[in-house]
Amino acid sequence: METVCLNRSDDAFVKAVEDESGQRVSRCYQCGNCTAGCPMSFTFDYSVSRIMRLIQAGQKEQVLSSGAVWLCAGCETCTQRCPNEINVAGVMDACRHIAGRERKFGARAVSAFFKAFMDSVRFNGRSHEVGTMALYMLYTGRVWTDVELAPKILPKGKMPLLPHRIAGRREVAEIISRFKQGLSDPDLVRAGLDAQGKSAKEAVS
Amino acid sequence: MSSINVGYFPGCSGLGTSMEYERSTRAVCRELGIGLREIPDWNCCGSTPAHSTDSALSAALASRVFAQGENAGIGDVITPCPSCLKNLRVALEHMEDPLFSARVEALTERPLKMQHSIRSVLQVMVEDVGTERIRGRVRRSLKGLKVVPYYGCLMTRPEKVMRFDDPENPVALDRLLEALGAEVLPFPLKTDCCGGSFSIPSRKVTPRLAGRILDMAGEVGADLVVVACPLCQMNLDLRQGQIRAGGIDRVLPVPYFTQLMARAFALPEADAAFNKLVEDIEPAFACMQRRAADIEAEERKAAAAEAEKARLAAERAAKAAEKAKDAGPDGAGAKSAGAKKTKGKADAGGGDV
Ligand code: SF4
Ligand code: SF4
Repeated sequence: METVCLNRSDDAFVKAVEDESGQRVSRCYQCGNCTAGCPMSFTFDYSVSRIMRLIQAGQKEQVLSSGAVWLCAGCETCTQRCPNEINVAGVMDACRHIAGRERKFGARAVSAFFKAFMDSVRFNGRSHEVGTMALYMLYTGRVWTDVELAPKILPKGKMPLLPHRIAGRREVAEIISRFKQGLSDPDLVRAGLDAQGKSAKEAVS
Repeated sequence: MSSINVGYFPGCSGLGTSMEYERSTRAVCRELGIGLREIPDWNCCGSTPAHSTDSALSAALASRVFAQGENAGIGDVITPCPSCLKNLRVALEHMEDPLFSARVEALTERPLKMQHSIRSVLQVMVEDVGTERIRGRVRRSLKGLKVVPYYGCLMTRPEKVMRFDDPENPVALDRLLEALGAEVLPFPLKTDCCGGSFSIPSRKVTPRLAGRILDMAGEVGADLVVVACPLCQMNLDLRQGQIRAGGIDRVLPVPYFTQLMARAFALPEADAAFNKLVEDIEPAFACMQRRAADIEAEERKAAAAEAEKARLAAERAAKAAEKAKDAGPDGAGAKSAGAKKTKGKADAGGGDV
C-alpha cells in the first residue's frame, strides 16, 4: 500500500465530489461498515472506505485513477449500511462521472463495456445484447469473450441477432449528443435559469 | 375484485434474454386482472452504463420514457426489472429538484407535465393484488417444491428510494411463493449482490459472487432459486456452467417468480415458458411431485392414526360406561345414554378409516 501525502489536499476535488453526489464526505468517520459488506472489495485496489478517506483528504489522483471506482457494482449495500446515512454508492458513482470526464479509466474492460452499451442505445434507442457484445469485443480486442455460452443461449431464441430499433431513436441519439455537447452542465443551466428569472421579473415590473 | 390498469415498461432484456419473464408476467397479469398498457415506443433507461456516466444523462433517458407515457395518458407505470426500476425511480426523485430537472430538460427538450410513479411488478402483486387473491387462483399447487427466494441487491435498496419491504431481509417474495404452495426455505443471501453487471467485463466476479449464492441455495436444500431480476437470472442460469467448473456440483434451475405463478395457475406452457431456461427445471418438478405424493401419503397415514386413536378412546369410554351401568343403580340411565352417544361417534370415525 502506498503512502498518501496528506498536506497536498485538492480542496476543489473534494467540493467537486460533494457537488456531484450531493453528499457530505466529511461525515464519514471511517467505521468500515461499507467495506465490510462490499461484495466487490476483492477486486478493488482501494476499499470503498479507503476511497472515502482519500476523497476527504483531497487525493484526486489516487481516487480518479483507481480501479475501484469502475469496479463498484452499484449494489447499494454500502449506502444501506452506512451509519451516517451517506449515499456511499452515490459517491462512487460521482467519482466515476468525474473520472470519465477526465478520461481516467482505471478498469478498461468495464468502461469499454459501458461505452459499447451506450453506443448500442444511441444507434437503436434500446440496448441490444448481441450488438453490445460485438462492440465490446471491438473496443477491447477480447474477441473470445463468452463464446462458450453461445451454444447454450442461441438455441433458446433469446438472443435476437438484429436489434429492436425504435421509431424515436433519433431523439434518443440527440439526448446523448446534447449531453456530449455539455448542454446539461449545471453552471450553464443555472445561468440560463437566472437569465429567465431576470427577464420574467422585468416583464412583471 | 376491482381490476387494475397501469402503464407498463418491459425493459430491453424482455425482448431478449428475459423473454420468459416478459411472457409469464403478461400472462399472470392478465389472469389477475391487471391491465398492462405498454408505453409506446419506449427507449432503454440507460441502466448502469448511463448512471455511471452522468446522473442527468441517465435521468434524461428515463424522462423520455415518462414523456412517451404521457403521450398515451399514462402516469403510473410498472416494470418487471429492478435495475430499470431503480433508474426510473431515481430519475423521478432527482427531478424534484428544479435545477436538476432543468438540466434534464436541456437534454430531452420535453418537459414532463403529469405526475409519474414507477413500481415493480412484484410490488403490485403483493400490495395491490395480495397473497390471498393469488392463493385463491392456484389450480396446481407447488406443494413439495423447496425454493429459496433471491431478491437481488436492487429490489429493496436503497431503502429510501425503493420504499418496498425490508431492505436486508425482505419477505414479499417468500409470502407469494408460499401462497403458491411451495416450501420456502430460510435463505441468508436474499439481497447479496450476484455481480451480474460485471459478468461480461470481468471473469472472476461471477464465479465468486453468483457461486456463493448457488452454493448456499444447494446447502440449505433448495430445488431451485427463484428470481425477480433479469440480470441475476442470466448470471445465475446461463453462467452456471462456468460457475460449476469452479465449485458447486449440482444443477439448480433459476426460474422467475412469474413463471412459477403461471404454472401454479395452470396457464398454458407457452406462458410459463420454462423451455427458455438454460438449466432444465423439469427434474425439480418431478422431485416436487414425488415429494408431494410422499407428503400426501404421510398426511393420510397421520389422519388414519388419528382416527384409530379416536376409535380406541371411544371404545374405552363405552366399556367404562358399561361397567358403571352394571355397578350402580343411581343415575345409570343418563350415563348409559352418554356412552351410547360416544359409541355412535366412534363408529362414524371408524367408517372414515
Ligand atoms: S459506512 Fe459510512 S461512515 Fe462507515 S466508513 Fe463507510 S462511508 Fe464511512
Ligand atoms: S455499491 Fe459499490 S462500493 Fe458499495 S457495496 Fe456495492 S460494490 Fe461496494
